Amino acid sequence: MSALETALEAISWAFMVSGSFFVIVGAVGTLRFPDFWSRLHAVSITDSAGVILLFAGMCIQAGFTLITVKLIIIGVFLFITGPTSTHAIANAALVSGLRPKEAKGFTGVEPEPLTKQNAGPASPE
Amino acid sequence: MMFAVAILAIFIAMVLVLVRLFGGPTLYDRVLAVNSFGTHTVLLIGLIGFLTERPDFLDIALLYALINFVGTIAILKFFRYRAIGDKLPVKKELEQ
Repeated sequence: MSALETALEAISWAFMVSGSFFVIVGAVGTLRFPDFWSRLHAVSITDSAGVILLFAGMCIQAGFTLITVKLIIIGVFLFITGPTSTHAIANAALVSGLRPKEAKGFTGVEPEPLTKQNAGPASPE
Repeated sequence: MMFAVAILAIFIAMVLVLVRLFGGPTLYDRVLAVNSFGTHTVLLIGLIGFLTERPDFLDIALLYALINFVGTIAILKFFRYRAIGDKLPVKKELEQ
């Protein structure tokens, strides 16, 4: 095994292990954080850091082939749609009247009351 | 070997996200957990393809990524308008 192959293997290991670390950190945050708004942050870790690092490690393992092109396509797609769907979920929760649990404690101000203007077209709750 | 490590990590993460999915107090926690679970599934399928040296699995992973995004948006739209197709009746009700 040449020196270049050894170096690529080491870099790939580093990407894989750090990506696994970020995936687990995101999942633990999803489980343990106190309310919905803080869980959004934890999920975004998996969507950005975990996906990018794991796909970079797989790209290095695949070399210059069609597989790398497919990996980059999936990575770019996840990189665009992850924040988009996170934003959609956050927007839907805000419109439906969900407010941060600690909002009053942090700012000393009551959360904005739910009116017909910011309630959106339908709020069955 | 490195793929096995990453697959193990993703399995652990999937179990944790599933606990949040079944125990989430609000609807939006559950939608968020489903979305996160889908991302984990995409990663898992790609890694399994590399582990078994059949990278054709990546096509399936791409399909899962597409379905995951569209499914999340569809669920959110359904729970906001109570319909996926037309939303006209709901708007009329509010104006009255």
